[in-house]
Amino acid sequence: MASRSRGAAEPGGERELLSAGDVARTIARMAHQVIEKTALGADVDDPPVLLGIPTRGTSLATRLTERITEFSGVKPPTGALDITLYRDDLRRKPTRPLASTRLPDAGIDDRVVILVDDVLFSGRTVRAALDALRDHGRPRAVQLAVLVDRGHREFPIRADYVGKNVPTSRSEEVHVLLSEVDGRDAVVLRDKGVEE
Amino acid sequence: MKHLLATDGLDPDLATAVLDTAEGLKKTLLGREVRKLPTLRGRTVITLFYENSTRTRVSFEIAGKWMSADVVNVSSGGSSVGKGESLRDTALTLAAAGADCVIIRHPASGAAHRLAGWLAGTGTSVVNAGDGTHEHPTQALLDAATLRERLGTLKDRRVAIVGDVLHSRVARSNIHLLAALGAEVVLVAPPTLLPTGVKTLPVTVSHELDAELPAVDAVMMLRVQAERITGPAGPGGSHGGFFPSAREYSITYGLNEKRLRLLPEHAVVLHPGPMLRGMEIASVVADAPASAITEQVRNGVHVRMAVLYHLLAGEEEK
Repeated sequence: MASRSRGAAEPGGERELLSAGDVARTIARMAHQVIEKTALGADVDDPPVLLGIPTRGTSLATRLTERITEFSGVKPPTGALDITLYRDDLRRKPTRPLASTRLPDAGIDDRVVILVDDVLFSGRTVRAALDALRDHGRPRAVQLAVLVDRGHREFPIRADYVGKNVPTSRSEEVHVLLSEVDGRDAVVLRDKGVEE
Repeated sequence: MKHLLATDGLDPDLATAVLDTAEGLKKTLLGREVRKLPTLRGRTVITLFYENSTRTRVSFEIAGKWMSADVVNVSSGGSSVGKGESLRDTALTLAAAGADCVIIRHPASGAAHRLAGWLAGTGTSVVNAGDGTHEHPTQALLDAATLRERLGTLKDRRVAIVGDVLHSRVARSNIHLLAALGAEVVLVAPPTLLPTGVKTLPVTVSHELDAELPAVDAVMMLRVQAERITGPAGPGGSHGGFFPSAREYSITYGLNEKRLRLLPEHAVVLHPGPMLRGMEIASVVADAPASAITEQVRNGVHVRMAVLYHLLAGEEEK
């Protein structure tokens, strides 16, 4: 499988898009981009707030925060934003369990909020996150950071920070694996086979 | 989940999932200015109450409204029930009018089950909010949520249910749910106020409150249900011969300040309400730090939100 560096995954098969090392380097690069775009430095007293969308977005937000702190010397507040109750597809799936929402004590009013998620696909999760955010306060601006952008948007939504753009077909699935949740770091492309 | 009719036979995993959802909702709403979620937008919830109620009806209404459902309240007094319409016709009318969920309280045991049967083909969910002396499942769920919050878990915790078990749907629902979640239940009541067939329930029975208190993690006090007690008046009032007098009942089975001191430090006092201060529970006990009575009401809203979420938010079950 390692020899197949380009092209689609075989039917029913899987292909690694990013290795553990690639994931770490990608997050480091995204951290630099956040610092540059938000002009983060020692003189900034209102650093952006990073909110991860559970489950893997939360882990990514934590890692991104660590890198940003390391490179800029400023530790941005971090939290989690569960969007389950704001989804528009609740009635299409069995009942979903809730994940936790943690916001910084200072809140998000008048701050720049960066939403962090693993994969940007239809944009529906981000739309739900924007709705959820509105019930928690009024940020000055909202930005979006994703590890993988796989295309197929169904909303006029784009990311401000993208780890890797991956052209995919709808019959494929992109899985971000993180050691906190999955035991190892990787991004893999799986073919669902002859579905739909 | 299609209906919530009883805790007897409720899957423990499902009960735990509902309690987890309730806990998540409580955390999500904590300290928020806007206590409104869009989750049940466009769903219609009807409360159909044939008996008096403050907390159950209000907390279902708030639960529905906080999740953006449209909530309509029907009570037997102001509806066609007063003109003699049957329960079946009322139910079919509400379903035809577009109810996604009917929450029913009725003086007859089994009313919610009958309703669920009549509405089988309609896609309308039914929640039992108390049927006669049978069950009151959301009360048991909110009691479990409160105990879980205070005690950490229900596994191997000992809970005493004290008082009028015979007429109490709250006790019946709690017995089944607590047992399913791994707690030990001891019923403390005069022999006259225990149901027949108590031996078939997953409980132990005692008539000595003082002997049980030092060993329990929680004590749940029940109201003597005067409105369900019918029979010849005893010398101390109309108690249908179940106990000699209110005063004697209070002395033998009431939770007073002296008995509160018999409880372990961590023990929790619960009461489903409405309480009769001075009868089954002393006023100082109801307001003591060990009492979780107002927390029960607060958790009631979150638990009922969770129940509506599990009934109405997922894909439709057949």
